[in-house]
Formats: sequence, structure tokens, C-alpha cells
Amino acid sequence: MSGTTPQVVGFQRPVTARASDRPPWRFRLQGSDTTWAIAFLIPYVGVFLAFVVYPITFGLWMGSDPVLYSTLFSDPLYPTIVVNTLLLAAIGVNVTMFLAFLLSAYFIQRGWWIRTLLAIYLVPWALPALTAFLSIHYMTVTEYGFLDSLWRAVTGEDGPLFLVDRWLAMTVNIVSYVWKWMPFWTLIFIAGRMSIPQDVYEAAEIDGATGWRRLVHVTFPLLANVYLVSTLLFTIWTIGDFNTVYFVSYGAPARLTDVLATYGFHQAFDFGYPNLGNAAMMSALPILIPAVLLLMRRIRTTGVQL
Amino acid sequence: MSTALTARRVRHLRFSRMLPGKIAAALFGILLLIWTLLPVYNMVLVALDEEADEFTGAIWPGDPNLDSFASLWNEDNFLLEHFWHRFGNSIELGLATMLLTVAIGSLASFALGRMRLRGSRIIGDLALITYVLPTAFLAIPFVHIMHVYGLIDSLWSVIASQVAFATPYAILILHQYGKLIPLELDESAKVDGATPWQVYRRIYLPLMAPALVAVGVYALLLAWNEYLYQYLLVLSMDSATVAVVINQFFNSDEAPWNYMMAIAIVYSLPPIAIYFALRRFMVAGLALGGVKG
Repeated sequence: MSGTTPQVVGFQRPVTARASDRPPWRFRLQGSDTTWAIAFLIPYVGVFLAFVVYPITFGLWMGSDPVLYSTLFSDPLYPTIVVNTLLLAAIGVNVTMFLAFLLSAYFIQRGWWIRTLLAIYLVPWALPALTAFLSIHYMTVTEYGFLDSLWRAVTGEDGPLFLVDRWLAMTVNIVSYVWKWMPFWTLIFIAGRMSIPQDVYEAAEIDGATGWRRLVHVTFPLLANVYLVSTLLFTIWTIGDFNTVYFVSYGAPARLTDVLATYGFHQAFDFGYPNLGNAAMMSALPILIPAVLLLMRRIRTTGVQL
Repeated sequence: MSTALTARRVRHLRFSRMLPGKIAAALFGILLLIWTLLPVYNMVLVALDEEADEFTGAIWPGDPNLDSFASLWNEDNFLLEHFWHRFGNSIELGLATMLLTVAIGSLASFALGRMRLRGSRIIGDLALITYVLPTAFLAIPFVHIMHVYGLIDSLWSVIASQVAFATPYAILILHQYGKLIPLELDESAKVDGATPWQVYRRIYLPLMAPALVAVGVYALLLAWNEYLYQYLLVLSMDSATVAVVINQFFNSDEAPWNYMMAIAIVYSLPPIAIYFALRRFMVAGLALGGVKG
């Protein structure tokens, strides 16, 4: 779920989940054991029904009025919002994944200084989004923010006002998003790389594949599944992302950089139209539902462990 | 004698050939450090600023001033009243989420992975789907249902939401780790007459300890780093958490920015401390899948 610390690792292994997941049973389950199993599951099922199924069902019901959507689509701001969300997803996700993939090669080297660097590099992951993004907001919000002050110190001229232009502000949002999430996905790729057995690399070296060719022809195909699953998952979370835009640009200028989640939030809680806000978020379902189904199928058929 | 000279010369040659690569790697490392820590540096810079109302445009802490932290400690500003009480609320939120997630998640993954039950795969799939969903999209319905449950404005509504979001992932991780524990242990205990609860308490839990720590840390950080649900579900300042306070500073026109950054630093310290202390467990959770590969 967005805002969480997700963990995805996989290694290409076409295995049907059924055979590997069922434990071998040698004792028949006694009747009382079934009772125990149900008792153990009741807390989770209770939480699931009360706090996941109910809100989802209610949200779908809230968003079932077609009038809401005609209102939504006639809002001149709505297409802008959709474009912003798609940009954050298309650019933010792919840049993050690509850089994370490359950086995982850097961090797989041995050495105490690499490990120390990795520990510090992961700090954006550990920091609360609230505080980190607020800091970035204040770095960019006026001509006395840190970035402009640095520019002035170096060149003597005033730097750009980042949050006054829609595209500049969107760029700041996307860069902040990459900053926050790249460490996490780097870690995922590092774990994926570590699961590749050494003999594969040794065999490749014998065949003459080293350096760049090894990366393209050996490492990447083996990690392709992790890459795909991670990209899908991250895209789903990005479409629903709230923290980045809310804290970094706060929709500046004039709500032109809002994304679906922040737009829906403002509609529901600042302007008093919760149904409209909910509809805005539901309007992402045509993309979200296929993405979730595709992801589930991918996980099921390739045995990626999450 | 000549062999030793040759060995040294070989090492020299190898080192000098690798040197440009090492320098490039070191330079890159420094750039990466700057990129990573720039916003953190800015937090400290603003917090140490003595000017409360405007930025001085400085890039070094020219006149480091710990006033903002002192005010925080003494709860000087009107927005800072009961700050430490709210810090306690944040801690309560984090700990309750952690304990409930570990308890509910371990019970569920024990039942799903080690007790034969039809439909266990469906529950596992449902957990996976829950994990995949973006939480912000559920915020609006969540506010409504908390009104229905009568939990609105209580910290428990936030705890409920965070447990609901953290538990699926906990189940997935615990399930993976649980596969490493042989079922023969369970079976031999059953032969000795143990009830499932005893197997759970005396065999499963102790052996799962590292995974339980990883899951607990995950849930704790999830609750601590979360903002939206805290803001929406807690209305009165009595149950407010620090995240809500920071946002009030953010939205207020008169709020001193150096105080806000001081709060931000104080609020960021626990997750950073936990990360540095327990990162082996957190990373081990990731490597679980790698081990299986």
C-alpha cells in the first residue's frame, strides 16, 4: 500500500503455487484442530472485514452515482489532475526503477565504505515522508529557500521560483518522489541480485560476457521478473500517492500540480464534497483494477515472493 | 627476495590500474551522499536559524541557535502546548500498531501455513490484494465508517487503520519465514499431546523471533511515518499526534519555521534510530525471498 515500506523479491521460477505451498500432511486434521485454526484466523478476518472490506464496499457505493462523474469530468481542473497523476506514475516510477537497478550494481560491491554508504543512502526510506517532504518544500518555496540561496551564492543571481510554474513544480514533485523511493527499490534489486548464484556469473565470464554485456545479457534477464513486478506494484502505489504532492508543492501553483489523491482530499475535506472526492479517486479504477489483476497473475505464475 | 619484490610490484600495478575506477567510485559515492542528505541538512539549517519569520537565505548555519529546540522542550509557543503529550500519543499509536500487527499476523500465518484449512489460499490472496492497494484511496470511506463505529476522534481509529494495512504484509512475510521451520516439530509436539495453542506459543513464536522483529519494526514505522489517517481521524487536540501538530504549523500563517523544523527533527529521530539499530532485521525481511530463490 502506498506510504508503506514494501518488500518485493523474486527470482524467475515458473512454479505453480499449488505444489510448493501445500505442506505435506501426515496426520489427519482432527475436528478440534479446525476449531483452533478458525479461532486463530478470527482476529485477522475480523480486522479484514471491519476495516478493509467495509470501507472498500462503502467507497464503491459512494462512487456509484453517475452524476458525480459528469460533475467530475466537467471540472476544468480534472484533466490537469489526471495528467499530473499519469506523469508522476510514468516518469517517477520508471526513473526510480531504472536508477535503482543501476545503483544496485554499485552497491553490490564489497567494502566497509560501500556498506556505510548504503546505510546512509537508505535514510530517505526510514524518514517520515511528512518531515522529509516538508523540508524539500522549504528548500524550494521562495527565493530564500536553500536551493535558490545556493544558486545565489554560486552565481550571484536569483534562481528560479520552483513552485510558481506548474511544470517546474511538477518536476520538483517527481524528483522528490524519486529521492524518497529510490533507496527502497535499490534494496529490492540488491536482494534480487544476491539471489543469483555465482556459477551463473562464472559461466558467463567463461563465455566472454563481462561488464556491460554481462549486465545486459545475463543480469537483466534474470532480474526481469523482479523488475516487472516491482514496476507494476510501484505504479499502483504511485497512482494513489498523497504525501508527495501534498507536502512538497501543496498543489502549487493554484492546485495545478494536484494529483488524484490530493484533489479528492481537498474536495472531500476542504470544500465539503466527500462524494465528489471519492469519485475522483474511483476514477482511477479503470487503470488500477487491470494493474492489480495483472500483478496478481504475475506473482502467481512466476512464484515471486512478496 | 626477488619473489617478494615481484609480488609487491604486482600489487602496485593492480592497484594503479584500479585507481581511476576507485576514484570514480569514491566521487560517485560523495555525490550520492550529498543527494541523499540534502533535505536532512536543510531541516537542520532551518531549525538552527534564529529568525523565526523569514529565511535568511543562508546556506551554512552561520549563527547556530538552539532556541527552537529549547522552546520545544519548554512548550513555549501556543501551537506547542502539550507537545510532549502528543509525542506520547504518537508513541502509543506506533506501539499499539506494532503489537497488534505482530499478534494478529502471527496467529493468522500460523493458521494458514501450519494448520490444514480449506480456503487458506483465498485468505492469503486477499491479504496480498490488500497489501497492493493504495491506502489514500480508502481515506474518505474510512472517515465515514469510523463515525459509524463511534471510534472517530479516538487514537484507536488510527490504530485500527494502520493494523488493517500492516497485517497483510506481516502475514506474507511470516508465511515465507515459517516455511523454513520444519513441520515435524509441530507434529512431534502434537504426538506429545500439545494443543495448537501450545505449539504456537512454545514452538512457533520462539523460532519465528527474527521475522517477528522485522514485522514489528515494519508496523511501527508504518504507523509513525503515516500522516493522512492521523490527520483525518483525530479531530480534537487531545488525541492529536505530532504529525498533526506539524501540519498545523505548515498551514498556519504565523508559525515560526524554525520551530517546525525542530519538531520535524525530533519526530524523525525515533524512526532513524530504530532503522540504524535494527536495519539488519529490516533488510533480512527483504532477503527472505532471495534465500528461497
